[in-house]
Amino acid sequence: MSLILSIAVDGIAYGMILFMISVGLSITMGLMRIINLAHGAFALLGGAVVHLLTTRMEVAFIPALLVAVFAVVLIAVLLERVLFRQIYGFTELGQVLATIGIVFIMIASINFFLGSTILPIGVPAMFTTSVDLGFRTLPFHRLVVIVSGLLVLGGLWLLMERTRFGIYLRAAVDNRAAAASLGINTPYVYLVAFAIGAGLAAVGGVLGAELLPIEAYYPLRYMVLFLIVVSVGGLGSISGSFFASIGLGILDTAGRYLLPGIGTIFFFVAIAVLLALRPNGLMGKAQ
Amino acid sequence: MGDGLVIAGLCKNFGGIQVAQDLTLTLSQGSRTALIGPNGAGKTTFASLLTGILKPTSGKIVLNGHDIGSLNEAARVKAGVAKTFQITNLFRDLTVRENLRLPILEREGRTHHTFRRADGWPDIEAEIFRLLQDLDIQSLADRPVGGLAYGQQRLVELALTLAVKPKVLILDEPAAGVPSTESHLIVEAIKRLPPDLSVLIIEHDMQLVFEVADRIIVLVNGAILMEGTPAEVVANTQVRELYLGAGHV
Amino acid sequence: MTMPVLSPPKPSRVHAVLGVLMPSVCVLIGAILAFLMFPYDLSFLTRIVIMMILVVSFDLILGQAGIATLGHAAMYGCGAYMAGLLALNVTQDPLLGLLAAALAGGLVAWLSGLVLLRTHGVALLMISIAVTMVLQEVASQARWLTGGADGLAGITIGPLLGLFEFDFIGQVAFIYSVCVLAVILVFCQILIRSPFGLALRGIDGSASRMRAIGTPVYRRKVTVYVIAGAIAGIAGALAAQVTGLVGIEVFNFSLSADVMVMLILGGAGRLYGALIGTLLFMVVHHVAASIDPFNWLFVIGLMLLLVVFVLPKGLVSLPGRVTRLWRRA
Repeated sequence: MSLILSIAVDGIAYGMILFMISVGLSITMGLMRIINLAHGAFALLGGAVVHLLTTRMEVAFIPALLVAVFAVVLIAVLLERVLFRQIYGFTELGQVLATIGIVFIMIASINFFLGSTILPIGVPAMFTTSVDLGFRTLPFHRLVVIVSGLLVLGGLWLLMERTRFGIYLRAAVDNRAAAASLGINTPYVYLVAFAIGAGLAAVGGVLGAELLPIEAYYPLRYMVLFLIVVSVGGLGSISGSFFASIGLGILDTAGRYLLPGIGTIFFFVAIAVLLALRPNGLMGKAQ
Repeated sequence: MGDGLVIAGLCKNFGGIQVAQDLTLTLSQGSRTALIGPNGAGKTTFASLLTGILKPTSGKIVLNGHDIGSLNEAARVKAGVAKTFQITNLFRDLTVRENLRLPILEREGRTHHTFRRADGWPDIEAEIFRLLQDLDIQSLADRPVGGLAYGQQRLVELALTLAVKPKVLILDEPAAGVPSTESHLIVEAIKRLPPDLSVLIIEHDMQLVFEVADRIIVLVNGAILMEGTPAEVVANTQVRELYLGAGHV
Repeated sequence: MTMPVLSPPKPSRVHAVLGVLMPSVCVLIGAILAFLMFPYDLSFLTRIVIMMILVVSFDLILGQAGIATLGHAAMYGCGAYMAGLLALNVTQDPLLGLLAAALAGGLVAWLSGLVLLRTHGVALLMISIAVTMVLQEVASQARWLTGGADGLAGITIGPLLGLFEFDFIGQVAFIYSVCVLAVILVFCQILIRSPFGLALRGIDGSASRMRAIGTPVYRRKVTVYVIAGAIAGIAGALAAQVTGLVGIEVFNFSLSADVMVMLILGGAGRLYGALIGTLLFMVVHHVAASIDPFNWLFVIGLMLLLVVFVLPKGLVSLPGRVTRLWRRA
C-alpha cells in the first residue's frame, strides 16, 4: 500500500516537472510545426542562473527563481528573433540539425563558464522537511512541485480560454494561414508563445533539479524525455501534455520501483509501441 | 470483361458525418465524365475513395469484373486506376527523363532491381524518348523538372500518369493554377487522351468541362444530385440554382 | 505516326563502369597516400574508414530515400556485438564475422523498420531513438551474454583469409577496412544507379507521387533500411574486430547524431559528401577534442548552424556555388 502511494506521489511530482518543462515545447511545436531539440536548454539556463544566484551570491530562492525566469524569457525572445524565426522555414531535417547545433553550443558555453559538474541549487530549508497529511507524510518539495504544476496548468487554461491572446494562439495552432488571413499577428503570437514556453521550462528546470540534476549536458540528456512527452501528448495540446507527463512520470517511476533493471527497457518499449500505434500522440489530431 | 469501372453504393463516414452517401455510377470504357459540385460537396473525398487513399465504409468498386475496393493506393494503380494531382506533384530534383523513367519502370515491375542500371532497358528508353517527343521537350530532357514552366510541368504530370497505362484516369482539377492563356493546352491534351481510356474530370472551370465531357455528374453534400449530358445538366433548374447560378464565371 | 523515329542516346559503357568505380578509386588513392604519410596514426585512420562505411550506409536512408532517423547506432551496435560474440564463442574468421554482423544489422533494421517506417517526422525520430535506447539497456542488463557495462573484451581475430595476421601497428587492419569500404562503395554506386535507387530518390522527392505511379513505398523503404542496416552492422563488426572491444557505448545517442552531422556536413545524397563530411568531422574532432572535449561541442554546433544556414547541400555543393558566384561577378 505504501509502495503504491510512494509510486503515485513520486510519479505525479515527476510528471508535473515534465509537464512544466514540456508544455511550452508542445505549444511551440504544434504552433510553428517545428522540431525543436533545444527546448531543454531553457530549463538548464534557468537552473544555472538560480545556481549562480543562490550558491555564489546568496540570493534567496524565490527572488532567484524570479530573476532566472526573467533572464530566460529575455534570452528566449532574443533567440526567437535572431535564430528560430529563420528555422521555422527549414525542412524537418534542417530544424533537427539547427536546433541540435544550438544545444551543442549551449552545452559548451555552460561548461565554459560553470564547468561540467552538477550545479547544486540552494533551496529553502523548508523544502527538505516533511508534511504530515494525516495518513502519511510527504516531502515538502514534492508538494511544492505538485502544487506548482497544477498552478501552471490552471494558469495556462485561463490564458487559453479566457484571454484574447489565447484565442489567437488556438486559432494559429489550428490553422496558421487562416489565422494570418484573419489579421492575427502570427509572428507576435509565436514570439509570446515561445517566451512563455521558455519561462515555464526554467521554472520546471529549477523545481525539478532534485530529480533531473542541473549540469551542462542537461539539454541533451533529457531531450528525448521531453520530446517523448510532446509526441505522446500530441503536438500543441496542453491537456495532452499534462496527461502524457503524469502518465509517463508514473510509468517511469513504477518501472524503477517494481522492475529495477528492466524498467528502462519497459519504458521505451511502451513508448515505441504507443507512438507506432498513434503517431500523432494520444490527443493529437489525425492528419 | 470491358464494362469499365462500376461503383455501387459507396459510402464513407467520418465519425458521424457522412461525406459520401450511396454513390452509384458506372464509368464505361472510353467515357469522358466530369464531376462537378460546390466546394465541400465531397469531390475530393470521392476521388480519394477511388484511388484508395480513403477506405470506403461500405460499397463496392469493381474494375472490369475485379473488386478493387480493398486494394491500397499503389495496388490500385497497378490494377488500372491512376490520378493526377490538383497541385503539381513531380520529382522536382530529378530530370524530366528520370521523372518519366520511374512510372515506366514501375509499370514493368522493375523498381526492385538493384543490380541493373535504371537506364539499361532500351525499350524503356525508347518509350521515354517518344514521350519527350510528344511533349516537345526533348531539349529539356536532362534538366531538373522543377525548372520547367508551370504549364509544361502540368503536361509532364499528365505524361507521368499516362505512362503507367491506366484503364481509368482521374484528373483532379487539371487546369488548377494554369494561366488562362495556357488552359487550351490542357484541353487539347485531354482531347488527345487514348480513346479507350475512361476519364473522370474533377474541375471548377465549366468551360473546360463542357468542352471535354460527354457526361456530367453533379455532387452535392456527398450524394449524387443528378447525372446526364451537359445539355441536360444545364437545363436542370436545381443545378442552376445550386451551382451554376452562384458560381458560373 | 509519320514522325521519324529517332533513337534515344545510348549511355557509354566505359563511362558507366568508371562512374561506378570512381569513389572506390578515390578512396584507394587517398588511403595509400595516408598510409605513407601517417604511418603512426593508422588506428585513427582506420577509425575514419569505419566511420565512412557507417555514414555511407546512413546516406542510403537519409540521403537517397530522405528518411531522417536518429537511431543509426542501433544497427552499428548490433553488428559490433554480433562480431564480438562470434569471435569469442564460435569462430575467429574476420570475414565470417562481417557476414554475421551484416545479418544482425539487417535483422534489427528489418524488425524495427517494420514499425518505424510507418511513421514520419517527430514520431519517426523518437521511435528510432527509443529502439537504440532499448538495445543499449538490453546490452547493459544481459551481463551473462554481453558483459554488461564492462562490455566484451579480449576479442582476438584470426588471420585474414587465413593468410594475413592482424599486426600490432594496425597495418593489416587499415588495409582490411579500406578494402571493405571500397567494396561497399562499389555496391552503393550500383545500387544508386539502379531502378531501385531511382525509386528511392523518387520517394525522397514525393512519396505521394510514388504511390500514385504504383510503387509500394513502404516496402521499398523497409528494403533500403535493411540494406543500410546490414552495412552499418559491417561497420560495427569492423570496429569490434580492429579494436578488440565492444561496449554499450556503441549504442550511444551521440553516435547516431554524429553520423547525421557528418553526412549533412559533406552533403546528403552524394557518396562523396558522406566521405568528405566524415573525413572533415573526424579530423576536426581529433584536433579539437585533444584540446578540450567541450571546445569540440562548440565547434560542431557552430559547424552545424553554418551548414544549415549557409550551405544546406553540404560541402560537396561548395565548388558549384563558388563557380556560380564567380560567373555572376
